Amino acid sequence: MSTILLIEQILNGLQFGVMLFLMAAGLTLIFGVMGLINLAHGALYMVGAFAAASMAAWSGSFTLALIAALVAAAMFGALIELTVIRRLYKRDHLDQVLATFALILVFSEATRWVFGSFPLFLDMPDALSGTVMLPGGIEYSKYRLTIIIIGLLVALGLFLLIARTRVGMRIRAGENDREMIGALGVDISILYTMVFALGAALAGLSGALVGAIQSVEVGMGEPVLILAFVVIVIGGIGSIKGALAGAILVGLTDTLGRTLLPVLFSTFMDASAATTIGSALASMLIYILMAGVLIFKPTGLFGSA
Amino acid sequence: MIRERYINAVILALMVIIPIAALWMDEPFTITLATKAVILALAAVGLNLALGQGGLVSFGHAAYFGVGGYAMGILASHAQNYTPLMEVPFLIEGTNQMPVIWLVAVVASALLALVIGALSLRTSGVYFIMVTLAFGQMLYYFAISWPAYGGEDGLSIYVRNEFPGLNTLVPIQFFGLCFAVLCVVLFMVHRLNQSPFGLALMGAHQNEERARTVGINVTRLRLVAFVISGAITGLAGALFADLNRFVSPVMFDWHTSGQIMIFIILGGVARLCGPLAGASLYIILEHYLGGLSEYWQIYLGLILLFVVLFAKGGIVGGLARKEVRHG
Repeated sequence: MSTILLIEQILNGLQFGVMLFLMAAGLTLIFGVMGLINLAHGALYMVGAFAAASMAAWSGSFTLALIAALVAAAMFGALIELTVIRRLYKRDHLDQVLATFALILVFSEATRWVFGSFPLFLDMPDALSGTVMLPGGIEYSKYRLTIIIIGLLVALGLFLLIARTRVGMRIRAGENDREMIGALGVDISILYTMVFALGAALAGLSGALVGAIQSVEVGMGEPVLILAFVVIVIGGIGSIKGALAGAILVGLTDTLGRTLLPVLFSTFMDASAATTIGSALASMLIYILMAGVLIFKPTGLFGSA
Repeated sequence: MIRERYINAVILALMVIIPIAALWMDEPFTITLATKAVILALAAVGLNLALGQGGLVSFGHAAYFGVGGYAMGILASHAQNYTPLMEVPFLIEGTNQMPVIWLVAVVASALLALVIGALSLRTSGVYFIMVTLAFGQMLYYFAISWPAYGGEDGLSIYVRNEFPGLNTLVPIQFFGLCFAVLCVVLFMVHRLNQSPFGLALMGAHQNEERARTVGINVTRLRLVAFVISGAITGLAGALFADLNRFVSPVMFDWHTSGQIMIFIILGGVARLCGPLAGASLYIILEHYLGGLSEYWQIYLGLILLFVVLFAKGGIVGGLARKEVRHG
């Protein structure tokens, strides 16, 4: 395997990780502030992708499509927060799991009803299609590079929002002691709706960005949701920093595992068996990584007990 | 209010009367639906032990369901192709005998539950949910990417496996067999819940600190409960595969885990016959709503939302009203 190919795969892993971060950040924020496990996060990812695909088909503009994804996901997020989710904050995790699982059923089937079972396609903008020459003679997809940059900018924005602004201060206060900030005169229910909508918007953005690489279809959010859970378990619940570290780690492990393991196995067994065993093992690699983290640090890399 | 014992008796009686009535009216499809409800209920009885009694919200029970299913699929496919499962170091042949398949399914899923449980029980609360979900999904992807037994397409078994003295291809006989298995397991779980082990498990659910203080090894207790729970669900998986004569990675899918959980919440958490009531209701909804609309899962989702938000306790809980008896 050549170095150029390897670097390309590392970039792919980074791009995958950055996308996972957008999902995981919302999930971990919602869990940290409201103590809620939200399975419907994957549905919001799907909503973002479908909104983007529809807007792109209607207007032809990718920027408008991204805005539509953000707005639609945030709106649906706020809607389910106001109608369903806020009844769940004081319930146990089992109720939260089941209610948000019910939301997935409703969202998936409603989307199938409106858009049909066939996947939609979202084309990447012309300005970003094609490749760009990176230093060292590496050709890499412009669009994927843009995703990496957008993801890192969003990560930076989130850090600033949470560390430097008044809203961020309230979010952190909410994580520490919900009752106290309520007593100090902060309207908690508005804060909760805002945090939920923010998380939803991030999921929607992520869905729209990935939608241009893959197809936009019902159920597209579910594999990503479960990977985002793995990310959170590895990074530590409630920690944005942990979400970023976990996401990059999972993205790199998964992408590199899929390329490298078959190659590694082919050094000591015949090619077809190596591909089979290598790819089967690669599909399990991130879970093995998660098991490893659990053995040594059950609360995750950046989690506190 | 009605005592839970009477409700259980009515539920079990209905499960006997309906298939016999269907036999009398010559409607074999109803018997098949009842068989499906019984098998899915068995899977949920397994989960209910961990989730209801033990308070361990496992979102990965599809793993054991699937392993049970594949235990049947692998053994039966070798038997139908007359190829040995393994020749070195010693010969193992496939089989089409249900008792052997059940034993393998139970042992395999128990071993898997031991490994997954030992890792997952290092965490608690929401971590536990996510970790069990992730391990379940790991097996799903493994089943998809491992081509030896059908990979993504799954594995068909042409003839239902045999049970000594029965013709399992006759719907009512297979129903009777599954129902007998369910009753035996229900009886065992009932005894287990009243044993010191079951009481300690429930005690640890209610107050972990107190259980530890009186000297109970909570983690080991939960691990044992988790293993038994996984083994029961694995047995259900083997039966389910035999019902459909087909196994596929869908059995490992996290929607399957969610479904098993739905049976419990519809029927009533930690109620002995809750899973049976819940699974039956689910099958009825699936059948009738599925006939009304292609998008019946929207209604299922709304009903589930309603039950979770407003009607905690499910069917059995709603009828019995009394809190689950502790101790």
